[in-house]
Amino acid sequence: MSPIASWMQKPSRLRATTAWLFIAPFMAIFLVFTAVPAILALIYSFTDIGVANIRRPLEVDFVGVQTFARVLTNPGFLKSVWTTALFVLIGVPLTMLIGLALAIGLNNGITKLRAAYRAAFYLPVITNIVAAAVIWQYAFTLSGPVNSFLASIGTAGPNWLGDPKMAMPTVIMLAVWRNVGTCMVLFLAGLQAIPLDVYEAAKIDGASAWRRFTAMTLPLLKPATLLVTVLMTVSFMNIFDEPYLLTKGGPLSSTKSVALWVYEQFGQGNIAPAMAGSYVMLAIVVVLGVLQLRLLRAR
Amino acid sequence: MNKLHPAITALLYGLLTLGAAIALLPFAWVLFGAFKTQAEIMSAPGAWLPHSFANVSNFVALFAERMFGRYMLNSLIVSAATVITNVLFATMAGYALAKLEFPGHKLVFGCVLAAMMVPYIALFVPQFFIIVQMGLVNTLTAVVLPMAVMPIGVFIMRQFADSVPDELLEAARLDGAGEFAIFFRIFLPLVGPAIATVAIITFLNSWNYFLWPLIVAQDQDTYTLPVGLAVASQGAKSTDYGLLLAGAIVVLLPVLILFLFLQKYFVQGIAGTGIK
Repeated sequence: MSPIASWMQKPSRLRATTAWLFIAPFMAIFLVFTAVPAILALIYSFTDIGVANIRRPLEVDFVGVQTFARVLTNPGFLKSVWTTALFVLIGVPLTMLIGLALAIGLNNGITKLRAAYRAAFYLPVITNIVAAAVIWQYAFTLSGPVNSFLASIGTAGPNWLGDPKMAMPTVIMLAVWRNVGTCMVLFLAGLQAIPLDVYEAAKIDGASAWRRFTAMTLPLLKPATLLVTVLMTVSFMNIFDEPYLLTKGGPLSSTKSVALWVYEQFGQGNIAPAMAGSYVMLAIVVVLGVLQLRLLRAR
Repeated sequence: MNKLHPAITALLYGLLTLGAAIALLPFAWVLFGAFKTQAEIMSAPGAWLPHSFANVSNFVALFAERMFGRYMLNSLIVSAATVITNVLFATMAGYALAKLEFPGHKLVFGCVLAAMMVPYIALFVPQFFIIVQMGLVNTLTAVVLPMAVMPIGVFIMRQFADSVPDELLEAARLDGAGEFAIFFRIFLPLVGPAIATVAIITFLNSWNYFLWPLIVAQDQDTYTLPVGLAVASQGAKSTDYGLLLAGAIVVLLPVLILFLFLQKYFVQGIAGTGIK
């Protein structure tokens, strides 16, 4: 090796060592608490693991796809898949539409008080979910502030969290309230990245406001929309805190999401079904995520 | 941008104000409810405002009858520890990813992205097994450990470190500065705003974290505030709303105060990365 080459190489090897030293804490935590658990969950899904194995994790027998077969034919699990689908199908578009409307209103409609409005809409995002759920439970009890208000305008409010038909909308309301701010901020960032002269040109050409919105704003907003769609879908597919805290999945399992079903199985000591169920969920999240990326990129 | 008709502008302000009122309404409920007596809460139809804001009996009960003092201390310890480890480790990792070339660079960044996307629900059961094997169940260490370096912090630091000019680091290297000296003396002072963003996001995440502490904290001595409040809201006397709402205020207040002063960093954190 020439002297110059070895002079060049020494610092770079030193730098690589330094780099790995700097990366080591992240990689250690990642391996122990993300990579290994993800692999363990998959392996254990094919075993008869139970509560006793928490202390003796190696004494399990492989049972093949038996657990998956049991989970996939379990009516409780299938119902939770349907409930989660409802959360996603209603919650995601609702949150995104409100977030988009707010972002457009703030960016293109008004000139004063923008920061104040933005702060107000963003505040629910940073609100602790347990505190928010306590507020929701109080507000939506039979004689709570919501029904008091409805009574004052002459209608009797429903039993929001106790009625199987009303519990789902009430839980979704909480999730939407907490997620709208995130959508708004991301759409705002997307809108601000659109150059103004594009609009000016279209206006000179006589394009109407609606036409400018559909033909220019929406297509130019695609990167932000992509990000928000994926984020919100993942967030609603994994929904746990809201139904767990508000209804424990009830009444009559009407709000029991897959995440809540998995948590319940774990709590009851059905470890293998919990892991298999969570992997079915993981598979759906990955497939949907890839599909969404493809679809939104292609369009 | 384009001028709107004054009537439309007025309508827009009206709608936005209505929307903001709806977004803020729950904060009014909690603020007014926390000062109500149980009798006031149970009366139907209830009054909008509490009889007297001097009624702090709900807050007193939190700390005297319940263990909210302990929960708060636990939450503060967990948050402080998490913020310190995240800022340090995320800054180190972000710097290495952006500024040091090394074999395995792409793999590590892949791990960061993967960690951000894996749904947590698929991890918590085996995570619990691992914590049991480590003998850490029911300790605050177990609460902190899995989130000691969150991928989101590494991601933000990497994005930010990219904008630090290479020339500055090269110049220091030519002057004979060691790799650690470059990191601490040259790089760290330049990334203050990113550190603030990571610190705030980490604080927010750890303060609000619920599912994992719920699983590993198994008695009152290790409950964090959200776990303590959730258990109180589901235990006996779960309709003691005055007390629960006072608890909610105790949980909300630190974050609200931070938000008031550091709003910029909160929004930056989200807009810059798109992840909560």
